[in-house]
Amino acid sequence: MAPSSNRRPGSSRRAQYSTFLGYVIAFAGVILGVAVLLFSTGNAGAFSGLRSSATDVVAPAGEAAAVGRSESQGVWSALKGYFTYGVRVARNEQELAVARVRLAEAAALKDENRRLKALLDLRETEPEPVAMARLIGSTSTSTRRFALLGAGKSQGVAVGMPVRSPEGLVGRVLEAGDRSARILLITDTESVVPVRRASDGTAAFATGRGDGTLQLRLINLGTNPLRPGDAFVTSGSGGLYWPGTAIAVVTRLTRDGAIARALSDPGTTEFVQVQPLWEEGTAAQQLTAPKPAAEGQ
Amino acid sequence: MPTPLPEQLNDLVRPRINRAPSPLLAIALPWVLVMLGSLSPAWPVISSAPVMPPLGFLFLLGWLHLRPGLFPVWAGLPLGLFDDLYSGQPLGSAILLWSLATIAMDFVETRFPWRGFIQNWVVASAVIAGYLLVAAWFAGVHRQPDLLLAMLPQIVLSILAYPIAAQLVGLVDRLRLIQVREV
Repeated sequence: MAPSSNRRPGSSRRAQYSTFLGYVIAFAGVILGVAVLLFSTGNAGAFSGLRSSATDVVAPAGEAAAVGRSESQGVWSALKGYFTYGVRVARNEQELAVARVRLAEAAALKDENRRLKALLDLRETEPEPVAMARLIGSTSTSTRRFALLGAGKSQGVAVGMPVRSPEGLVGRVLEAGDRSARILLITDTESVVPVRRASDGTAAFATGRGDGTLQLRLINLGTNPLRPGDAFVTSGSGGLYWPGTAIAVVTRLTRDGAIARALSDPGTTEFVQVQPLWEEGTAAQQLTAPKPAAEGQ
Repeated sequence: MPTPLPEQLNDLVRPRINRAPSPLLAIALPWVLVMLGSLSPAWPVISSAPVMPPLGFLFLLGWLHLRPGLFPVWAGLPLGLFDDLYSGQPLGSAILLWSLATIAMDFVETRFPWRGFIQNWVVASAVIAGYLLVAAWFAGVHRQPDLLLAMLPQIVLSILAYPIAAQLVGLVDRLRLIQVREV
């Protein structure tokens, strides 16, 4: 392309000054960027008001697009279904036979569970969801993993509330705007969730790795008791996340824990549930926790 | 590169005797396109890893290559601020990097005024790869070194997406200069 002439303003003083001023502002932008960046990496919550009002503006458009997403995925999976039909029927029949047996066993277990819980004076409390909403988008260009939620303060969503889908934990509310909220997904590198193994309660921390997997770090070091396929649920310790929400399955072992695949895929879930905060020592927890045995002694 | 328009639009862009481009359209459309690209987090793609090319940035590079001087040198400041509001990066990351990119592209423009598209693509590839890596560093990737490997597909995809973004910029440039105003 031919050299453009606007950088050679000739003898006009005015044009020379305005070119010069342009460069001054450009370098001022660089300095401002450094200053703002240092400030915002130092304080995590800085500018959250600015961001959430900006998100509020695009939320209605995102909402409409989210409907399109779930519909288009339906079409795609319907098309894919034709090619794998036979294999899936055979596999489903096999699974059904196994599942019938399991179901009978589970019914017996459920009954036993109910009797034992009655014995221990435990009550089940499932939190009443604060809001049901669509995930309307995610920061798919950045290495940070945030999602935008189509509900905000006006629906009762507040900062810190856990967000889950039917498959498992999705994340927690980081910033709440009026009609939208920013969710820190569990796969983000800054997200840490206290978890335990579903089978025996081995405690660990699940940290996001930014690529859809989680790093599980065991609290008790020593021999690594984990096996691929182990399921982990939230432990509820430290507050915030309700205990017993499914979160991840171990795929690969590491020296001090394991790499696990997050169970809930925010891309395929249509609606997510915002739960109230789980706070240790509140009425809700005292209902579910066993009575302290030391009371009578 | 100027993009050939579909037949239906040809009538619109053909020079007419008493018509001129609307200054509003001619000036605003480049800014609007870059900002639409920055809005990609509100698009219905929810991914569990960074995969999408940074479209706003690609469009900005496209405009800087196609029409040097159309964007002022300081355009990185307001456009970067807008991108930061949606991208999920710590605020200030795009203000800094977009400003630097605009200045760097301006330097390349004055230093090597005669270029072909291949040279533009090479320059854009270097700028895009640098931008993505430094932006990831700002977002804290050094605490999670494995993530760098997960970023490779995004970098490759962004470099491959640049010609497409440049084509789109070329198309919008034709629309920008449609002669709609009567004189």
